[in-house]
This record gives sequence, structure tokens and C-alpha cells, in this order.
Amino acid sequence: MGNKAMLLDFWPSPFGMRTRIALAEKGVKYEYKDEDLSNKSELLLAMNPVHKKIPVFVHNNKPVCESLIIVEYIDEVWSKDKPLLPSDPYLKAQARFWADFADKKVYESGARIWKTKGEEQEKAKKDFIENLTILVQQLGDNPYFGGDTFGYVDVAIIPFYTWFYTFEMAGNFKVEESCPKVIEWAKRCLQRESVKALPDPIKVYDFFLELKKMLGIE
Amino acid sequence: MQEIKVYGVWGSPFSRRVEIALKMKGVEYEFIEEDLENKSDELLMYNPVHKKIPVLVHNGKPVVESSLIMEYIDETWKQNALLPTDPYDRAQVRFWAKFIDDKIMASVGAALLSKGGDISKAKEEMQELLTVLESEITKNKLFGGDKVSFLDIIGLFVAYWVPIVQDILGNHVLTRDKFPGIYEWADVLLDDAFIKKNLPDKDKLIPILRSRFGVKP
Repeated sequence: MGNKAMLLDFWPSPFGMRTRIALAEKGVKYEYKDEDLSNKSELLLAMNPVHKKIPVFVHNNKPVCESLIIVEYIDEVWSKDKPLLPSDPYLKAQARFWADFADKKVYESGARIWKTKGEEQEKAKKDFIENLTILVQQLGDNPYFGGDTFGYVDVAIIPFYTWFYTFEMAGNFKVEESCPKVIEWAKRCLQRESVKALPDPIKVYDFFLELKKMLGIE
Repeated sequence: MQEIKVYGVWGSPFSRRVEIALKMKGVEYEFIEEDLENKSDELLMYNPVHKKIPVLVHNGKPVVESSLIMEYIDETWKQNALLPTDPYDRAQVRFWAKFIDDKIMASVGAALLSKGGDISKAKEEMQELLTVLESEITKNKLFGGDKVSFLDIIGLFVAYWVPIVQDILGNHVLTRDKFPGIYEWADVLLDDAFIKKNLPDKDKLIPILRSRFGVKP
């Protein structure tokens, strides 16, 4: 049985970052392909015809799409070491819930900060901090969302940290002032090799400025 | 002694999914009907983040979000498996479930139910998404092959509720001539004895939905 693995990705994407972290945590060897999203490859369009988006994890020529689905897939295939999801069904359901919350509420409001101005932006900032606060309450006294160990929810959320600087610059605020616990948690995660390998937040901000120029946003 | 409660709404496709999953496993539960205009203290306590139904409460511990609840049910009660065992197959099922829940549902809302916005664009999008589903469906009789499975249950929204809503609103995007594959799958699914028995009766559902959409009989 072959074990060919390839990741179609785009370096600043927080969704792609999730899959990179999961693969690194499991020690999976894979080929990384950075896509030019303004000129998507034939391979990407063939592997994700429905959404035409990254990340796509191609394992033995079979594609898996959607970042959280990919992370679960990786966890199920490379199941021997470093489990990312808990084995208990209830805890698993909780983990999936909070990862979904991170997408639908935290990321959504964060992205709104750079997409809007004035009153709308103020609301976006408020929502973002509120949602982050709710999320961070789940930590309790634990070092990670996964409890004692770095897990699925940590993998799902830590990539957004690389975008905090961008949100802060766009919205003129500091996450640490309103939600110091999330920065504390992020710095803890940054001790891990898999997270250290994530892009520098400044580089992400530079990319964002280029993107704004390209899209003609002020 | 197990205590299993489902907080839901009789006509909702989401709480039905949970009930069907439990029934397929032969699990007994208590159904608590919520009034969404006047949500119970229990519901707000069990789902403080979204304040929505359905909620499954298993021995006092709540699980929310219908597709997550179904995965929980499948992992807790192993008889009559709803999801496949192979990780790749599971990833595909999860992908299509997300497609139906995130994409198709939102487009149905925009195309059929919303009063504002670009209706013709929304209808076009709904058509496009249904076309994608059509191509995926024609591969098997049911998503689960010969048996009703996770994705078939998730898809009941499209198979049963969408045609009813379309008839009520006089607005048809999903039609048999445009989407023969979807209708063929729906026919098989809705003809299944167990499914038939566990769907909300059309005659009772229609007036409830009519009143919800503010449509006069």
C-alpha cells in the first residue's frame, strides 16, 4: 500500500495552516504545493471541483477537502500516535462544536473587521472579542483546549493567531488588552515545532496589504 | 439507567434527524417540544451559545448541532452504523453533509424564503448547487447504497421539506425534470418503510409551515 501524500495549500490561509499543523504533529511526510489562487492549477480544480478551494489533502491520489474534515481524516488514518480528537464521544462532540464555533463566529467576525469601516467595523470588533472570550472560557484551568495535551480545537484555532496582527492593524485595537488569556494560550502553542513553522504575523499582514491593493479596497 | 432527552420542534428537519438516528439504533428517548417564540429555561441552559434546537441531553450532558449530534449517536450506540468505517469514506460523507447543511440550506433560504435581496441570483445559485448534488447522487441508489445512512438522513431536508416548502410558496427551483437523479433518490428514500413512519405527516406540516411563512391557505 503506497503512502503518497500531497497538500494543495496557500501559505497565508489559516485553514491550510490547520492541515499543516496536523500533518506535522503526526510526523507525516508529504509534498507541499503552494497554489496561486488567481490562477488555480488543473490539479486543484480536479481535486476540489465543488468548491475549487484550498486546502486539499491528496492521499494516495484521493482528495479530502475542507480543513476540519481533513484534520479528522489525518487523525483517523495516523491514529497510533498523538491523537488530536478525544476518544470519548461526548468530549469529541464538544471538540467538534468549538472548532465549528471558531469558524462560524470567531473567524467570521475577525474577517469582518478588515472588510468593514466605521460603525460596522466597531460591531465586528465587539463581536470578535465577545466570541473570542466565549471560546477562551472553554480553556478553564487547562493549558490547551485539548486539556493537558494539544488537540483538535487547538489545531483549529491557533492559525487565526497569525491573523490577529492584521485584525489589530485594520481595527486599531489590541487583542491582548481585551482577551489576554488567548494570547497566553497562543504563546504556549507557539512552543511546539508544528506551530513555530506557521507564517510570521507580519508577513501575513504584508500579504493582506497586497491583497487589499489587488482588490482595490481602501 | 440511561436518560435521553431530545429538545426539538415537531416540524423541524433538524430535530427529526436526531429522532430518526436514535430510532434507527433502537434507543428510547423523551421528546420535549419547544416553542421557539418562548424558549424553555432548559433549552437556554443546555445550548447557551446558539440557543437553538435540537439539543440531545444524554444523562444530563448536552450535545448540540444536528450533524454533530448524529455523529455522537453513531459513536455511542454502535448498532446499525450510520457512518462508514473507512476514514476516506467518512471524510466524503462529512464533506457532503457540510455541503448540504452549509451551502444548499442557505441557498434554499435565500431563493425561496427571503423577501429581500436578488431573488433571481439566489435561485440561480440554488440551481447550481443542486446540480452539484445531482451529479453526486446518481452514483448510488441511496447515499448509503442499499441502506438508509447518515447522508440520506441529512438529505431528508432536500428530499422531503424542500418540495413541500416550494409548493406552499409557489416557487419551484428543485423540479423532477431538471433534477431526475435527486427525485429518484428521494423516491427511494421516502418509500422506505422506516423513514415513511418517522417523517412529520404532510397534512399536519403544511399548515404549520404556511403559518410560519405567513402564507394564507
